[in-house]
Amino acid sequence: MEKLLSKRNGLIFVLVLALIMPFIVPNEYILHVLALVCIWSISVYGINIFTGYTGNLSLAHVGFFAIGAYTLGLLTVKAEWNFWLAFLAAGVLSIILGFLVGLISLRTNGHFFAIYTMCVGYIIYLIIDKWDTLTGGVRGLIGIPGPTPIGPITFESLTSQYYLFLFFLILTIFITKRIVHSLLGRTFIAIRNSEELAQTIGISTKKNQLLAFVISCFFAAIAGALYASFVRFIGPEVGAIFLGFEMLIYLVIGGLGTLSGPIIGTLLIVFLTQSLQFMQEYKMLLFGPILLIIVIFYPNGIVGAIEGIKRKIRQRRKKPGSNEGYPDVKEVG
Amino acid sequence: MVLIVDNLSKTFGGLQAVDQVDLKVEKGDIHAVIGPNGAGKSTFFNLISGFHPPTSGKITFNGNDITKMPPNKIARLGIARTFQTTNLFEDATVLDNVIIGNRLRTKSGLWDAILRTKREIREEKESMEKAYQALDFVELTELANEPIANISQEQKKRVAFALALATDPELVLLDEPAAGVNPDETDGLSSLIQKMADSGLTVCLIEHKMSMIMSLANRIMVLNQGKRIAEGTPDEIKNNPVVIEAYLGSDEDESVEVENI
Repeated sequence: MEKLLSKRNGLIFVLVLALIMPFIVPNEYILHVLALVCIWSISVYGINIFTGYTGNLSLAHVGFFAIGAYTLGLLTVKAEWNFWLAFLAAGVLSIILGFLVGLISLRTNGHFFAIYTMCVGYIIYLIIDKWDTLTGGVRGLIGIPGPTPIGPITFESLTSQYYLFLFFLILTIFITKRIVHSLLGRTFIAIRNSEELAQTIGISTKKNQLLAFVISCFFAAIAGALYASFVRFIGPEVGAIFLGFEMLIYLVIGGLGTLSGPIIGTLLIVFLTQSLQFMQEYKMLLFGPILLIIVIFYPNGIVGAIEGIKRKIRQRRKKPGSNEGYPDVKEVG
Repeated sequence: MVLIVDNLSKTFGGLQAVDQVDLKVEKGDIHAVIGPNGAGKSTFFNLISGFHPPTSGKITFNGNDITKMPPNKIARLGIARTFQTTNLFEDATVLDNVIIGNRLRTKSGLWDAILRTKREIREEKESMEKAYQALDFVELTELANEPIANISQEQKKRVAFALALATDPELVLLDEPAAGVNPDETDGLSSLIQKMADSGLTVCLIEHKMSMIMSLANRIMVLNQGKRIAEGTPDEIKNNPVVIEAYLGSDEDESVEVENI
């Protein structure tokens, strides 16, 4: 039984489930929501790399989501670029802008950094909203094309688009996993733990924070570009602050600084939101308390809570008979 | 000379925290810095390790001018330090906390991480070995996979030492290494510090526990109100009237400790 429930088998199960989803969902609507979950998750993984693992709160994230969406939208609609070229450009532009924004904003720390990046996010929103001639302003951008075919693979049906987004999500998770388990990831975590200590062991905190920030902006922009190609219409609200907070909520509820937190949080909250649609704005009355409870009692979110329980069970098993977990202090001294 | 501090001063606003301090530390020495609370000891360490830029003066380490260097570069040259509070990552294991100590000797970046290159794998292995060596040195090998949250205060101090040692330093600055541990454990930490010096490291430490300092240090510098009021061997310091005056004039429990010497 124990072997059957191993991490590897769990992962295979989830993957297979995700792959057969289009064939088992009762209607297209749910598949549509699942496709959106994939897109949001990619962005939330971006927040996780920077805020979850490196420990600084950036509120400019949604701005980069919008940059990705608008870069793709403008290049395909107005400049009539090939979809994939525009997609690539969205990624590259986010890296360049992320680098510049990070370079300046990382001169501040803690709360000041959060406020500074919130201003950056708002400025991005304002530029999109006010620069009518380029972005279409509040009227938005209409008629964004879907992904063009790659060889024999087309992306016209909802199912094929779902698979495309799933592919990018899996790629994102794979990259995140590789980073987190590498020396670079350990460096990020060391900075989150204590910037001071990280510096004394020779880590350039600013350089590494900048790298994490750029990676996070890149994921945001990729998600934004995919979003634009999926909904075909974007307005300035893709860069609105509240959307940024929503993504942050997904992450906090799922589990900051955990590998599966972003997708679990996003999946859960998006479906909860969908099923509470009839409550309209009042659904926030329900979300507020849930968020508070999680932040107070499970600061590491759902995944953190589950891991905590697992750890406790393991320790209880260890206790009887052996004192492995509680070594004799004097022996060492 | 490993470390030469020349006429070092630091002012915070109107406060003269460190006032024209000179210090020479010889290779292999255990050099203690003592003084009443607020004497500027920790600030002095912060200046050497690069956390604050000095107002004036010069710091030379192994012939390199490190006066204006940022802390991460100073660490790379071979100065490690520990803090009064250990700052360790409580949720992670002892080993995970120490592995990162070797990061400054590695080069793997983002692409190495994503592609999991040979360099990444080799450097991870090296860092792991280095961490085990350091844990072996501080005698914590059997706790390697224990989360920090489960170990004692004294063991945490040892982990902090191990982390400092994993950076492969020549000079180690220890800020109150024995604060908050019981007398038996203090003896254990003392012999560990002695072991560091015996293995060729140079040690500078701030400590309030006088009996520990007197038996451990080769040389002692006494700071009071930012100024160096004495420097010498433990015997010289013990009988120095200026030092006794400074301690008796300060708060009670510290003066008691001087009487116990």
